[in-house]
Amino acid sequence: MKRRTLLKTGATAAFAAAIGAPLRAQDGPMKVGFVYVGPINDGGWTQHHHHSAMEMVEHFGDQIELVYQESVPEGPDAERVLTQMCLQGCSLIFTTSFGFMDPTVNVAAKFPDVMFEHATGYKTADNVSVYSARFYEGRAVQGKLAGHMTRSNRVGYIASVPIPEVVRGINAAFIHAREVNPDVEFKIIWIFEWLNPAKEADAAQALIEQGCDVVLQHTDSTAPHAAAQEAGDVYTFGQAADMAEFAPKPRISSIIDNWAPYYIDRVQAVMDGTWESVNTWQGIGDGMVGIGEISTAVPDDVKAEAEALRDSIAAGEYHPFTGPLNKQDGTQFLAEGEVADDGLLVGMNFYVEGIEGEVPS
Amino acid sequence: MDLSAINPLLLLASLMVASTPILLAALGELVVERAGVLNLGVEGMMITGAACGIIFSTLTGNAWLGFAGAALGGLLLSFLFAVLTQILLSNQVATGLALTLFGLGLSALLGQSFAGARPPAFPKLDIPVLSDLPVLGQIAFRHDGMVYVGLLLVLAVWYFLTRTRAGLVLRAVGENHDAAHALGYPVVLIRFGAIMFGGACAGLGGAYISLVRVPQWTEGMTAGAGWIALAIVVFAGWKPLRLLLGAYLFGGVTVLQLNLQAAGLAIPVEYLSMSPYVATIVVLVILAAGRAPGSLGKTFHASR
Repeated sequence: MKRRTLLKTGATAAFAAAIGAPLRAQDGPMKVGFVYVGPINDGGWTQHHHHSAMEMVEHFGDQIELVYQESVPEGPDAERVLTQMCLQGCSLIFTTSFGFMDPTVNVAAKFPDVMFEHATGYKTADNVSVYSARFYEGRAVQGKLAGHMTRSNRVGYIASVPIPEVVRGINAAFIHAREVNPDVEFKIIWIFEWLNPAKEADAAQALIEQGCDVVLQHTDSTAPHAAAQEAGDVYTFGQAADMAEFAPKPRISSIIDNWAPYYIDRVQAVMDGTWESVNTWQGIGDGMVGIGEISTAVPDDVKAEAEALRDSIAAGEYHPFTGPLNKQDGTQFLAEGEVADDGLLVGMNFYVEGIEGEVPS
Repeated sequence: MDLSAINPLLLLASLMVASTPILLAALGELVVERAGVLNLGVEGMMITGAACGIIFSTLTGNAWLGFAGAALGGLLLSFLFAVLTQILLSNQVATGLALTLFGLGLSALLGQSFAGARPPAFPKLDIPVLSDLPVLGQIAFRHDGMVYVGLLLVLAVWYFLTRTRAGLVLRAVGENHDAAHALGYPVVLIRFGAIMFGGACAGLGGAYISLVRVPQWTEGMTAGAGWIALAIVVFAGWKPLRLLLGAYLFGGVTVLQLNLQAAGLAIPVEYLSMSPYVATIVVLVILAAGRAPGSLGKTFHASR
């Protein structure tokens, strides 16, 4: 063989290998990617996404291969991670934090054959679905418990990042706390992060020092529970995970995210070739939002009342945002008997009447 | 707005607690920089200390041993930095940054099986007489032991740097390592000591977060405290007592802004959130920053 021929053959082989690689990737197990904002053992948000992902893997067994990346910063860096996953041959990628919205949409435009699922966002495309849970339904139950359990009539709320989801949670909790306790007031601290245990601990401390004896949190760590435990008579709620290690006191209930059924559904859809871009928003009734066991620290009648609220929301008989409700400035938000539609809820960026302070812009 | 809800006594008391991690880490870095070495790996050493603290305290059931383990963890990591920069003469800035990244990864690995583990309680001291003092007792004398260790260390470092011969030698090494070398002082050895002291202090600071303030292990839980410690060293003009002021100011405004938010102060939350940084910088700049040690960040080799 002449040397030139040898080189040619070599080049052809290399070329074939290069284009052959992604083709071959389709034959093996389907690759499903997950992008997480925190570590998979944060005890809250990310841990539950990962837990649900693992359940999904268990369901499908060898048919799929899980690819995941933890602690990805929200912002441009996420695009790099997503691109990497696409190049690795993932057919379906879940991005599990609000801040991944634009990176997801950008990368999705470059890889039209890869399907994307973005949690808690609102931008969709032909290959981008969004999914979220109606956490505000759980917040309503927490608000009812908080209104009953507080003795100082001051309820603390550790808020994370000022997006509609968080504001909705504050409003839902406040409305239902006021319903059972007209004197209750909310003290809200924004920490501008989803997970920062030291800051969450400081915030919880500040709230407790100002007389709050119930602390709700929309942040992911258990630090506020530890602060409450040390302070003594303070009640808290698990966020995203049950956080049962702090039950029965300070943690008296929780909101548990259960994404597994959705993940299984969507992976199945890709396998069957029936995947379509959808906008999913499920609540207690569909099982995506779970209410953790209400602990023994709560009196039986209060517990029964909270469970009744949970069940009526699940059955679709009651909507947590039902009029008459006013906005903070006193203008009408919902008329008597009117129920907020999803459009109103998705863009909620105001407090309802009775909450003090401003929503950070 | 209800400012009366803020209890100034409790505020001052929580200020001391909130400032302690930064104070410890910054104090160590101050000594390192005074010896002429710039170690940007404070964050990495803190987080490693936080992980080691959890591991040692959960395994031994004793919080003090947890702190000892944390100091050891930070010290070992800084030893690596010392070998790289002092013997192998690598670039201090690059090595320090690498140390931070390494520390973040290492701590995640070490802490993996300790996620959710709760460290033994770290009791608050009840000092006879002092704890019962009105006002002052509540503010200053009912904390856990590490708060006082931090304060004593500040005094010790201040005394060491300004009142002892050894401190003078350390400063000489930092100001002009060639001159110090010409006078016969073991520059590299002294820097090794300073770097390792800095590592141990950073480890203690990290462990204070994971053992007392949170208390639990979460990956990346120091969340930038090491960088703030680095900044405070510079703004405090490399002086220990100003460093104490800077750390307390930062911790104080952090706690204050959370309290103001909770009290519903009519200032946009964004301004409150940035206030600790602004206040610390402004005050320490007004105090007129000191001059950086002359040989700070420069590589030393006896032949040059």
